Amino acid sequence: MIRVVLPHHLQTLASCGREVTIDVDGVVTQRTVLDALEAQFPMLRGTVRDHLTLTRRPRVRFFADGEDVSHESPDTELPASIVAGDKPFMIVGAIAGG
Amino acid sequence: MTAIRILVGTRKGAFILTSDGKRKKWSIDGPHFAGWEIYHVKGSVVQPDRIFASQTSSWFGQIIQRSDDGGKTWLQPGSNGTAEKAAAEGMPQGESNMFVYDTSETTGKPLNTHQWYDGTQHPWEFARVWHLEPSLDDPDTCYAGVEDAALFRTTDGGVTWHELAGLRGHESGPDWSPGAGGMCLHTIVLDPANKSRIYCAISAAGTFRSDDAGKTWRPINHGLRSEYIPDPTAEVGHCVHRIAIHPSNPNTLFMQKHWDVMRSDDGGDSWREVSGNLPSDFGFPIAVHAHEPETIYVVPILSDSLHYPPDGKLRVYRSRTGGEEWEALTKGLPQEHCYVNVLRDAMAVDTAEPCGVYFGTTGGQVYASRDSGDSWEAIVRDLPAVLSVEAQTI
Repeated sequence: MIRVVLPHHLQTLASCGREVTIDVDGVVTQRTVLDALEAQFPMLRGTVRDHLTLTRRPRVRFFADGEDVSHESPDTELPASIVAGDKPFMIVGAIAGG
Repeated sequence: MTAIRILVGTRKGAFILTSDGKRKKWSIDGPHFAGWEIYHVKGSVVQPDRIFASQTSSWFGQIIQRSDDGGKTWLQPGSNGTAEKAAAEGMPQGESNMFVYDTSETTGKPLNTHQWYDGTQHPWEFARVWHLEPSLDDPDTCYAGVEDAALFRTTDGGVTWHELAGLRGHESGPDWSPGAGGMCLHTIVLDPANKSRIYCAISAAGTFRSDDAGKTWRPINHGLRSEYIPDPTAEVGHCVHRIAIHPSNPNTLFMQKHWDVMRSDDGGDSWREVSGNLPSDFGFPIAVHAHEPETIYVVPILSDSLHYPPDGKLRVYRSRTGGEEWEALTKGLPQEHCYVNVLRDAMAVDTAEPCGVYFGTTGGQVYASRDSGDSWEAIVRDLPAVLSVEAQTI
């Protein structure tokens, strides 16, 4: 069971709370987590990563166990604390404005 | 009894204002999609409870919302997993929040570049949907004007969207440039007398017309003069802010250009200025009275650098002569210390009798007149900045 924290606007879009749980088959990576998230919440397709290229949208960042993994390969395995469900994978809207 | 529904898009959500035919007491419902920018909300004329909304975010992209019950409940039509993998005509697959420029060999155009602010060429990039225009005869068909400028269409109620690439692919495309808000296709006018005729306006390219239901397009900007571009009478490059027609006289078009209020009596083939005695001919919206094809409304703004009304007075100007002669409408509007703007999609009319006129401001007020503009009152005063206003008479 993987825990995922969503930013406020995506919570309202998906009609869910701050944190959701998803099942991921196989290696737990950014890509497999987001694939599973979008399968469970289809309305999130295109909001976190581009529809076609599946690249992270420019104003979205990913954090895993306190580390910014936004620029890691989407196929790198996420930390054990994420895989074990001890810590959430966090999807964050980049801070902008004052 | 007739009822009026006002659909309001704001920087932080959508609001629905409703009243009976008297238009004296209003109920305010919202925010819908709280926190998201709602560029435009518009209902179908053939099925008024079907409403499309453009929900957008610079962070999280583009969502199309649809309601089939007058805005009580909403769905994202393309994201329910039932979208066909390919539309019958072979256009690209799409979801409600998936707007992909058509570059296919059969129906598409190459994804070229357009002019950037500094004169260099810049790649065409989808940013958001500015304007939604439901079909006049089919509730499943709706057009979308997007940034970077292109026209899309759905024929399945918003499940899939396909670009009508002949517009973006027009040979003048490399000369189009963004206005201050981006390079947006912000106005779509469907000719009620001719299903094959569509008008679009783009900032800053100008006005375009198709006479074959969107396949091919040509610029229709003859007569426009824009002193701020290298060739003031160029075929394209004009910052057209809004165009409007009256259904009974669709060959006559009215235009609020960046500067200048214009009219055409030949379907856009030629234009002449009708700014007349306006205190400023800069502005964004222009609207036509529901029952009087020669009665039009604008909201003069001081200048492109100062996006607020002249003299701190919020005044709608009405012409009953199709332009040239204008009268200030001030009763009920603030006449001192007012520095709000009224954006291009933020004015609309209902079809009740007398005609109702509505507009929203960047200060969050939505004003209504139930006497064709003679007097005004605020339905609501403290919404987020208003991006769009549409009126439904139901």
